[in-house]
Formats: sequence, C-alpha cells, structure tokens
Amino acid sequence: MARTDFQGTLDLLVLKTLASTGALHGYGIVLHIQRVSDDLLRVEEGSLYPALHRMEQSGWIKSEWALTETNRKAKYYRLTDPGKRELAKAEHSFDELVKGVKAVLRFA
Amino acid sequence: MAVLRRIANLFRRSRIDSEIAAEIEAHIEMRVEANMAAGMSAGEARRAATLRFGNPTAMRERTAGADAALGLEGLLRDLRYAARQVRRAPGFALTASVILALGIGASTAIFSAVNPILFEPLPYPNASRIVTIWDSFRGQRVEATFGTFRELAARSHSIEQLTTFEPWQPVLTGQQTPERLDGQSVSAEYFHVLGIAPALGREFNAEDNTPHGPNVVMLSDRFWRSHYGAGATALGQTIRLNDDLYTVIGVMPRGFEDAFDPGAEVWTAMQYDPATLGDFSSSAWGHHFRLAGRLRSGATFDEARRELDGIARNPENDFPRPRWASLRDGLMVDGLQQDMVRAVRPALLAVMGAVALLLIIACVNVTNLLLARGVLRQSEFAMRAALGAAKSRLIRQSITESLLFALMGGALGLPIAAAGVRLLVALSPPGLPRVDAITLNGPEFLFALAISALVGAAAGLIPALETRGARLQTGLRQAARTASRAGRATRNFLVVAEVALALMLLVTAGLLLRSMERLLSVDPGFNAANLLTMQVQISGHKFDNQPLDPAAGDAARRRFFDQALDEVRKVPGVTAAGYSSLLPLSGDPYWIAVYGSQFEKDPPGSGHNVFRYAVSPGFCQAMQIPLLRGRFIDQQDTASSPFVALISASLAQREFGNGDPLGKRLHVGPTNYPWFTVVGVVGDVRQNSLALDDADAVYIPEAQSWFADDAVSFVSRTRGDAAPLAGTIRDAIWSVDKNQPVVRLATMHRLLDLSVAERRFVLILFEAFALVALVLAGTGIYGVLANSVAERAREMGVRAALGASRGDLVALVLRRGLALAAAGVAVGLGCAALASRAVAALLYGTSSLDPLTYGAVAALLLAIAIIACVVPARRAACADPIAALRSE
Repeated sequence: MARTDFQGTLDLLVLKTLASTGALHGYGIVLHIQRVSDDLLRVEEGSLYPALHRMEQSGWIKSEWALTETNRKAKYYRLTDPGKRELAKAEHSFDELVKGVKAVLRFA
Repeated sequence: MAVLRRIANLFRRSRIDSEIAAEIEAHIEMRVEANMAAGMSAGEARRAATLRFGNPTAMRERTAGADAALGLEGLLRDLRYAARQVRRAPGFALTASVILALGIGASTAIFSAVNPILFEPLPYPNASRIVTIWDSFRGQRVEATFGTFRELAARSHSIEQLTTFEPWQPVLTGQQTPERLDGQSVSAEYFHVLGIAPALGREFNAEDNTPHGPNVVMLSDRFWRSHYGAGATALGQTIRLNDDLYTVIGVMPRGFEDAFDPGAEVWTAMQYDPATLGDFSSSAWGHHFRLAGRLRSGATFDEARRELDGIARNPENDFPRPRWASLRDGLMVDGLQQDMVRAVRPALLAVMGAVALLLIIACVNVTNLLLARGVLRQSEFAMRAALGAAKSRLIRQSITESLLFALMGGALGLPIAAAGVRLLVALSPPGLPRVDAITLNGPEFLFALAISALVGAAAGLIPALETRGARLQTGLRQAARTASRAGRATRNFLVVAEVALALMLLVTAGLLLRSMERLLSVDPGFNAANLLTMQVQISGHKFDNQPLDPAAGDAARRRFFDQALDEVRKVPGVTAAGYSSLLPLSGDPYWIAVYGSQFEKDPPGSGHNVFRYAVSPGFCQAMQIPLLRGRFIDQQDTASSPFVALISASLAQREFGNGDPLGKRLHVGPTNYPWFTVVGVVGDVRQNSLALDDADAVYIPEAQSWFADDAVSFVSRTRGDAAPLAGTIRDAIWSVDKNQPVVRLATMHRLLDLSVAERRFVLILFEAFALVALVLAGTGIYGVLANSVAERAREMGVRAALGASRGDLVALVLRRGLALAAAGVAVGLGCAALASRAVAALLYGTSSLDPLTYGAVAALLLAIAIIACVVPARRAACADPIAALRSE
C-alpha cells in the first residue's frame, strides 16, 4: 500500500540526496534537488527544516555543525543505517504509487 | 531513543531555539551569497533570499515543534490553566480537596493499621508453613499437654519440626526493684519453627532441654540493650531469675517479634522430664502447653490436618493418655497468621468496611461538586469549541483539572493519614497483634489517590463530553446556570446515595454505641468503685518446698501474704482489703484457674469446671460480692480447721436448684484431697469479660488449698479515690519483704475499661467515620439544593411575580430537600439492615435491627437535611422577582 502523503515524498528526496552526496546542509540539499531535477522540483524551504528535524528525531539522519567552504558555520546532515533502510522502503513505496497512478491514468 | 530525546528537548528549549535560529540564518546567508554572486546588490539579495525562504519566525516555531512534539507542552499549559481556575474559585477547590483529603487520609490510615495484622505475611521465612495445634474440648480450643506433644512429635510425618512452649514470667532480682519479666519457656525446636536464628550466641539444644539441665536463657534485643547496653560481653554472663542464676547464651536480632508472645523478652529451655509422663498426676499432663510446628516441605496444610486427626483418634500403646488428654474431640490445627488474628478479625473487617464506605461517600460528594461546577462551565466549553478547540483538547483539560484536585486532596490527605496512623497506634487496645509493624502504607495511599483521581476525572469529564456540535448554540445561548435534565437527575441520585451510605455508617455506629452502653451497665457482680488492685508475685527459693520439709515453702508463702495483708489494712484510707489467687475481669489467663469440681451427690466421673478462688478472709467483703446464704470465709478457717468453701449462686442453682446447698460437700481439684463443705453462697461474678456469662466459681481459703499460689492479687477498698494510695499500699507490702515484685497496679475501673478496650477502639473509629459521613451528607444535600435554587432563580422570580408568597417558596425548597433526604433515608434503612448483620458479631445485648437506633439515626439525618435546606430556602424566599427575571 503506497503512502500518498507529500511529506513522505519530501522525506524520500532528502534521504536520497544524502545517500548520493554524503553530508550536506539544508541549503545544499535544496540546491541539489533543484539541479538534479532540472529545476522541475523546487523544495519549499519552509517545510524543509521541520522535516529535517523530524527525521533526525526519528533517527534516520544525524547532524553535526561544521564549516562550509566559505568558512561559515552550518549544520550538516548525514544518513544513518536506519535511514538507509527507510530510504529503501520509501523508494519502493513511491514506485508503487507511480505505478498505481499510471495504471489509473492509462485506463481511460 | 526518539521519545527520550524529545522529552529531553523539552528541557533544553532555549538552546534548541537558538540552534535552529542559527541554522536557518546560515541557510539564508548562503542564499544571499549566491544571489550576490549572481549580480544582485546586497539589499536585493537579502530580500530575495528571505522571500524565497518564507517566514523565518514561523519556520523556527515549526521546527522547534518537530523537535519536541509529544503533547507534553500542551499538558503544561493545561496545568497552568487548571491552576488559574483553582485560584479563581478557591472555595470550591478547597472544599473538594478537603473532602478528598478526608477520604484518602482516613482510608490510608486504617488500611495501614490493618495491613500488618490481616494481610502482610508474618516476618518469618515461609510463614505460611507454620501451624498451631490445639487440643479441643466441646468445640473450644484448649492448650495441650506435654504428653500430647511427645506423642505428636514422634508420630507425625507431615510436621517436620514440632515445638511446645508455655509462658514464663521470671522475677529478675539484683537490681533496684524486683521486676517481673515476660517470657516463654520453650523446647529446642522453637526458633527453628519460627525460622529466625539468634543474632548473638546460640539457641537451645537438646541438652538444654533435659531435666536438671543447665539454667540457660536467651534475651530479646530490647532487653539486651536496656540491661547490658548492647555489649557483646553479655554472652556468658549470669542473671538472677527466680532466685537462680541463669547463663545468657544468646540474643535475638533487632526487630524480632515472638509471634506467640509479642512482649516476650526472655526465653528459657523447657525442662520437663518425659519419664514423669507415666504418672498422670504430674504437671506434665496439665493443659498448659502450646504447640506449633512447621509443615514438612511438600506437605499441605490439609494433609497435616488429616494426619493429626488420624493420630488423635487412634491412640497407641506406646503413648498412653489420661482421660482428660484423650484427644477424644480431635485436634484443632490453624495457620499461624489465622491463629493470631482470629479474635480481632471480625472487628477489623468491619472497620475496613466502614472506611470503604467513607471513601465512597467522599468520592460521591466530590463528584457532585464537580458536576455542579461543570454545569456552570457549559457555556465556557461551548464558546471554546466554537472558537475551534478540538473536543479532545477540552476533555484533556477537564481531566487535568480534576487530576489537580485529586492531587491537592492527596497532598492534604498525606498528613491526615500520618496523623491518623499515629492516633490509631496510640489508641489501640492492648491485645492488638503486630502493633509495632504499623506504619504508613505507601501502596494503599496511592490506591486511594488513584480512586479519587479516577472519580474526579470521570466527574470532570461529563461537562466536556456534553459539548457536542449541535448543542453549541444552546450552550452559548442558555443561561449559564441551568443544567440538562439528565445532569440534574444524576446529581439527585448521587445525593440520595450519599445519604443512604451515611445512614449505614450512622446506624452501625449507633448499634455499637448501644452495645457498649449495655456492656458497661452490666453488673460485674462486685463494686468496682474506689477499689485498688495489685498482683504480688512470689520470688525466691525460700518459698519453695524443700524435699526435707515439704510444707515449708507453702507455709512461707502464706505467712508472707498474710503479713502483707495486715500491713495493707493498716494503711490510712483503706477501709477493707483482701487477696485472692484470681481477680475477675483482670485479663488473667483464665485457664490457670479452671479446675474440675465434683459434689458428693454427683456420680463419679461427672462434675463441672469451675473457677477456683483461693482467698483470704475479707476478700469477698472487700470486693462487696453479696452474700446470699450462710457466711463468708473468716479467720476461723485455718489449715487445721475443717475445710470450707463458698460457691457462686449459679453453681448452687445448677447443682441444687432451689434446695439448700449449705452443708453439702464437694471436691475441687484433685479428688484425693479432703472434701470441702459449703458454708455460704455468694453472688455471681463476671470472670472473663462482661459479655460472657460463665460464673461458676468456688471460693476456698488460701490456707486450705492443696497448693499455695505463687501470685495473688491484693484488693483494697479506699475511702475516696483509690489511685493516690497505690504507692503507699505497695510500700506496705514491700515493708514485709522488698524482693517480691508488685505488678499490674491498677484501679478496678481501669481494669474494667481495659477489658472492653477492643470494643471501645472499634466504637471510636465508627463514631469518627459516622460523624464525617454525616457532615459530608449534609453538605451534599446543601450543595445540591443551593445549586438548584440558583438554577431556578428565574423560576422563583416568576412564581413570586405570579403571587407566590415567601412561605410558598420556602416550602418548595424544603419539599425538595426533604424528598431527597427521605429517599436517601428509606434506601439507607434497607441497606443498613443488611449491612448491620456483618457487625452482629460485635454487638452485645443489641439486636442488629434495634428500632430505637434506626429511628434515632433517621430522625438525625432528616434534621440535618432540614438544616441544610435553611440557607437555600431563605435565598429562594428572598428572590426578587424583577432581579431574577432580568438577570441571566
């Protein structure tokens, strides 16, 4: 049964981003998603940080303060092992969602 | 763990806030940099970045919410709101808390007192496997004999350790004043059966228990501390008991309580000679041995009972039994705990029932209060619901408020409970077992608190639950004080229930009070006024019968007693004095004074058990026991004159009906002793307790008894109050021989009081509860009526405007109040009739359906109800129609 909430999709994007890139801060995650999706997806920054903190409370990602290239202090996030498992689940869930929606749309 | 982290975050709130602010700030800064790198000016860059991001403040809050989202913040807010409500209506809060405090405090105190006696396991390992064994005679428990002990020890398999013991009260000399100690004389297995080893030294072994074995003694921790300063050198020291030197071989641990004699301070080894069992007249065949044992592991209680029963009914040749120890009526076996509490169990259970009732009444009262208040807040809830508050939020807040009340009640109740426990211990009757183990009981306090919290929560819940969408409009529009019909019916029902419960408590208290009245008005058979009593115990070898001069010891005792009596009679203020081996209603263990008697005319083997009084001349006169026929014992009845006796009227009636018993002869005690001739009949006297009617007694001169008692009670009738002369009279006795301890100094009135101490204890408790219940019921009625008058203010106003007189309005309120009270009384009378059967065992001379008590209590409650109606009725009567119609 696919999860159909948007919150889940944002989580999925963030987790995948961190899986591909290693450690990133919030701004970096936004840039990455924007770039990789060819500007198709613009993350609403307002919901990013609550989501990041929520995911950290759930144990999927962990954070630490570090310096950026321009010597600015920022909070970097990294994927954890439970997060990796959650990513796999979310990816699978999303695939099912897409398949389901496509199936309904094809039936016309 | 996610949950723990979130809870922790609650406390680090400000730090988290600043971290989040920093994080978001960094994000915006980075976008500003990117914007500037793309060519914007600084101001434009910042504006664009902030626009793109959204409202940073709102983001900060939402992020922080994600960190600590557990609803606990909501809880804190609820608590603060509830506290504000309390401050706004302090009277209500105080009332509710006090009521709950009374209920919680009283129930905790009582349960704490009752717990170690009835419920807690005894402080011995595997205490449930310890059993007590009694001989029986016509269905009554009787102490066993040494012969029975030997037989059971040898033949029983289900009991692995059997011990026998009897009281031992040695006189300690070598100090300032002689002291009589409380102790036990025990066989070697005693402490094994209890399962507690001595803290110092050793316990008794088989060698100590042989006849003519060493004089050894074990001490209690308290005695060791008070007499030896807790020094380790106490072991091996000697102590002079009963004029013999005893060696201290062991000390029991601190806090050890001997279940069979809680006040015991010394134990010695029992040294009966099994060889004497061949002679049936030896003291080893007397009924003064108690038996106890530990079940073999794997044996059940029923198995043991059956086995002992089998042994009792199948005598063996190896163990011959005399007629009076034939075990013909079987043996009685009981668990140790049941054995200890059997006397007080009904009383304690009754008290617990009363406490439960009180707790229920308190909860009902608080529920009523909360419901009444809930009505007032109906419109408030409706408003908040209309403004968007979730129903769950309202419910949660209601519950929080009620919990706050319960907690306040609990906080107040804790000191009440603590004080109550101390009061109970102070008031407790002397025979109450395990008094030392009574402390405030934590679990029960929490239990009572939980009950109140539940009740409060349920009651506070109802107004919140009634806030339903469709009702919002009515809720907002309705006058703030009217209640739904269902709500009013509930509150009426609750008040009726409260009155009924209060009636039950009052009736029980009333019945107990009448019983006590009846009991105290029973004629004990003598005049207890201005009568001083004291017991003198013989101590010292000069009073023993020596083998070379068998009667010397007896003669010495009697000489001492007679000389002491002469001295006592010389004390100014003493108008009459005497002594006796037995004092009625004094708590003396009665079994040592019961002997068989047989009149000349009775066939051999028959006869009655009687109380034996070995008295001095003048005893009956001093006690003012009336002489019904013949003469008292006097100076002419010496050891060398014909043996005479007085018999009680009941014995005379039983043996001779209306005939003349004077001149008839009887045996008392051993049948090979000379006959006693009856020279007088005296009035009956209550022996064991005022409630029991077991008056058969025989009075013989001490000089003519077949053995000389080692302890007698002196009675002195004084001109005026007896208590001040106590010291002088005791000194008079000591002037003859200062080494004889004088114990149990008390006026006869005090002894009578002590004899009913247990009843009085229960009575006081019930009276206290009944009083509180009465107050609660009264305030309950008042509360409901006051509320209904306030609710119906408009109606009153309309009635007044339509021409109703003040009297009419008052009558309206009174009618309602009395209807409630009458309903409660009617229901309560029925319930009380049932409930009072539970306390029937505690009543004396009063039927559990005594009409006088029931009638008086019903009248009392109705009177209280009328009083409770007065203020609301007056308020109704003064209702100003204009103001009522205009106000809302």
